[in-house]
Amino acid sequence: MLILTCPYCGIEADETELASGGEAHLTRHGPGTSEDDFSNYLFTRQNPLGVHFERWRHAHGCGKWFHAARDTGTLEVFATYPAQTAEPPKTVCDAIRKRRPGWTWQGTA
Amino acid sequence: MSKRIATQGRLIDRSRALTFTFNGRDMRGHPGDTLASALLANDQMLVGRSFKYHRPRGIVASGAEEPNALVNLGTGPSFEPNQRATTTELFDRLKARSQNHWPSLEFDIGAINARLSRLLPAGFYYKTFLRPRAFWKHVYEPIIRQSAGLGQAPKDRDCDTYEYFYATTDIVVVGGGIAGLLTARSAAQSGAQVLVLEQTAHLGGRTPVDGGTVDGQPASAFIDALLEELRAMANVTMRSRCMGAGIYDHGFVLGYERLTDHDPDAAGPRHRLWRIRAKQVITATGAIERPLAFAGNDLPGVMLASAMRDYLINYGVMVGQRVIVATNNDDAYRTAIALKEAGADVLRILDARDSGGGPLMQKARELGIRIDCGRAIGKVRGGKRVKKVKICAQNSSGGALEEVSCDAVAMSGGWSPVVHLWSHCGGKLLWDDGAAHFRPDPARPPTGADGNGFVSTAGAAHGDFALGDIVAQAHEAGRKAAQAIGMKPKKHDAPIAAETREARLLPVWLMPAGANIGLRSKAWLDYQNDVKVSDVELAAREGYESVEHTKRYTTLGMATDQGKLSNINGLATLANSLGTPIPSVGTTTFRPPYTPISMGAIAGEARDAIFQPLRCTPIHHWHEAHDAAWEPVGHWRRPYTYPRADEAHADAVAREIKNVRQAVGLLDASTLGKLIVKGPDAGKFLDMLYTNMMSTLQPGRCRYGLMCNENGFLIDDGVVARLDEQSFLCHTTSGGADQIHAHMEEWLQTEWWDWQVYVANATEQFAQIAVVGPKARKLLEKLGGMDLSAETLPLMAWAEGEIAGIRARVFRISFSGELSFEIAVPASQGLALWTALIEAGREFGVMPYGTEALHVMRAEKGFIMIGDETDGTVIPQDLGLDWAISKKKEDYLGKRAQQRTHMASPDRWKLVGLETTDGTVLPEGAYAVGEGLNANGQRVTQGRVTSTYYSPTLERGIAMGLVLHGPERMGEVLEFPGTDGQVYHAKIVDPVFYDKEGTKQNV
Ligand SMILES: [Zn+2]
Repeated sequence: MLILTCPYCGIEADETELASGGEAHLTRHGPGTSEDDFSNYLFTRQNPLGVHFERWRHAHGCGKWFHAARDTGTLEVFATYPAQTAEPPKTVCDAIRKRRPGWTWQGTA
Repeated sequence: MSKRIATQGRLIDRSRALTFTFNGRDMRGHPGDTLASALLANDQMLVGRSFKYHRPRGIVASGAEEPNALVNLGTGPSFEPNQRATTTELFDRLKARSQNHWPSLEFDIGAINARLSRLLPAGFYYKTFLRPRAFWKHVYEPIIRQSAGLGQAPKDRDCDTYEYFYATTDIVVVGGGIAGLLTARSAAQSGAQVLVLEQTAHLGGRTPVDGGTVDGQPASAFIDALLEELRAMANVTMRSRCMGAGIYDHGFVLGYERLTDHDPDAAGPRHRLWRIRAKQVITATGAIERPLAFAGNDLPGVMLASAMRDYLINYGVMVGQRVIVATNNDDAYRTAIALKEAGADVLRILDARDSGGGPLMQKARELGIRIDCGRAIGKVRGGKRVKKVKICAQNSSGGALEEVSCDAVAMSGGWSPVVHLWSHCGGKLLWDDGAAHFRPDPARPPTGADGNGFVSTAGAAHGDFALGDIVAQAHEAGRKAAQAIGMKPKKHDAPIAAETREARLLPVWLMPAGANIGLRSKAWLDYQNDVKVSDVELAAREGYESVEHTKRYTTLGMATDQGKLSNINGLATLANSLGTPIPSVGTTTFRPPYTPISMGAIAGEARDAIFQPLRCTPIHHWHEAHDAAWEPVGHWRRPYTYPRADEAHADAVAREIKNVRQAVGLLDASTLGKLIVKGPDAGKFLDMLYTNMMSTLQPGRCRYGLMCNENGFLIDDGVVARLDEQSFLCHTTSGGADQIHAHMEEWLQTEWWDWQVYVANATEQFAQIAVVGPKARKLLEKLGGMDLSAETLPLMAWAEGEIAGIRARVFRISFSGELSFEIAVPASQGLALWTALIEAGREFGVMPYGTEALHVMRAEKGFIMIGDETDGTVIPQDLGLDWAISKKKEDYLGKRAQQRTHMASPDRWKLVGLETTDGTVLPEGAYAVGEGLNANGQRVTQGRVTSTYYSPTLERGIAMGLVLHGPERMGEVLEFPGTDGQVYHAKIVDPVFYDKEGTKQNV
């Protein structure tokens, strides 16, 4: 049972206080997009053993959505940060690289 | 025979006697006994039958690892199956019955399975399915049915109570043996909060049984003093009868405390589930002795050497008077010495090692015990208890050198550290070649949120077995754990234990090493599930190389003991069969809980009234006082109907409907979701959420809307009222308010966070009452305060004002087809308005009506219901709701998905009305069948019933359903086979059965 710190209210929340929302930083595809792009948006998800970005909601707390960058294998949490961003902020990427040298966001440095 | 002796028994109180029964037979024991020690004191060697072959089984261990001695405990509401006799503390008038036999333990018909054992090899469950059907039905199934399940399921409601307990601490130590206690002390000396969990009733572990000297004192005296010291420390909590059941992510530890199992008459909860968060966890969980795999090792009277020693020293029970000890290590000599010193005849120590053991062997020899090195047990003979042992050379195929009569066999195949808790959250293991066991790899611990290890190990669980190593390492482990959480351990010397040097163990996975197939098929690995050496060898021959697959194929380690005894022996046997080293075979996965925990403890207090919260509308208690029959809707209770004395529910519903259609009815609609969406971008936001256009709605007007998810499926519907330029009130379904609120928040926070919109869930702030029927306006005009004429307040308009002196919003919306006003007032005024309406309505014949009347009336009007017409696979287009889907909007949630090929297919089932040809009511959920069979040989289906009711208005059955090409097949009659064997015939009709023109609601 994970503990994640809600970046809004600062509470170190037990997993029972949170609702998970799957992979973070997906790009919404709407009308006008191709079948492949749309079906990837709906159904294709990463499932890495290692660094992963997830959406969580402090459902039984302040109600805010936030993101967690963590290692699914070691359970290490690199950072939690507000959900109002299309990609992880530089500080988060730096925090990950400090612990996982050579890691890059979606393969770009 | 097995009996109580006059000496020893450090845990029992001989001054008091307890009576108990086993299979109805009266027996006596003492306070401090376990059920197992008491049974052995009464010479009860046979305690159960094995799962598959119904072999006679006796007690083999003395703790949580016991695979055989499972009993049904108690009667009636306190009955519980599968209770381990070795961990059940004896209490007065305890009633135990053995399991898995018929008609009796002594004479068991199922034992015939043992004769059929050649027909029931490894993987038999899987192979059986390949055989001819008839063979399955007449031969295998009866056998499986008879042997399926160990204990019986309880028949009565559990009379006990259970609770959760939440704890936060710096350090949890699992295990209260000498290692755990020393760890706790050195950790606590830093000032850290330490919680020690011990699964048995006694702190101190097995060191007092094994003996030794620590800091110049006998080990037991050292432990007593240590306990005294710990009890005096304010930052140390020690709980006995409290098992560390599991270790989970980020320092979460589950504890299982058995509070009154040993004293069932005591007040308070029976079990307590500890939900603990710790910064560091130390597992000092000890080790479990391994059996030796020789033929007949499952006969009652064959016991782990350490267990036989426990029964003697802890309980004063001598399991055998003429004992043979078989071993591959020095520890079993302690048992031989203890037995000999207590007066037993130790006939032989068979040491598989050619060179024998160290100083302990010397001591045994000095006591006059005959020791045969390089020798093994070829076979144990006897029926329901041990009678004879055939002795052979360890390096042989089992040719007997001699046969010796005896009444008990003590065996030791070495010790395995209890690595379960270390492994639960990802701790990795090392294979220790010298000791022939897996132990925790300190370099690869379970890691926490900071990426550092949060679990460490101490004592035997760490892989240390000599007392001197244990005390030194445990002391250090506690200091390190304190340092890991930033505390400063005090300078304090580790205790020093006098060393007893032990000779190296010889790994023995089969006894004798070259045992022939006859012996191997009688050498048990898993006692509870009847898995033998030959079964694992067969699995290997059949190509099972993965230990996880072999486990499932043979059922090795899959019984309620989860392979605590069989695990290492089983995978060593597999490794030998495959010709690979043991570490490359690996272990199976250790999963919590360590031993089974009660369902009651998992449920905790969550039962009856507090199983889940109950939401009550402001009018709830009026409904209750007027004998409403309830229907659960989400966490709400809504009146289903208000039956009068002796009135059947169906009659009450019919009466309520007729009254609404002819006079006036009241519905408590307070549960309806009420979400306020406000802000400059509120209209734009709702245009994305609803399939139709909401931004064009004028203040003062209402509009029905549909909401879909991004997959295109319909998730909710309801009426939206525009309150002002920037505010909307979105009504949702009763069950959907919280989800739809969350749905809105999710899109606002994670996708359109720059839009200026705020959402508030005001569901509970308002009571809402629907006043429905031709006399509705008259009733409201009598109460007065607002102009509710058709001119001022037409259909789909709303107005704010006062009714009966209460501030109100009145919505002209109808879900019944009648003239209808929905009146929202502050929640605190809900009951006042309701009673005012009931009082004033008397002259108009007002009656309250419930959800069933609501449902029937909406079906009569052909209105859809979320959850009836929808099930998460239905899109609005399926329901003929195209009129509520905007063609103009570029985008809304679900629009792109509804353009996908399958969604746009003309072959999707579409909504129609269904009318039975004889007026009866179609069965719920019935399928319409078509011509021919599908790929599975079932009738082809072409539609299904989504809603079906008896309509009191039309005096016939009416239904809605989704039917292939339905709207194009008006008038066609479909067949609906019911589960009652009848076939129903229904005609496809328009789904609007009542007042198609809509004149009644628009007056
Ligand atoms: Zn929060």
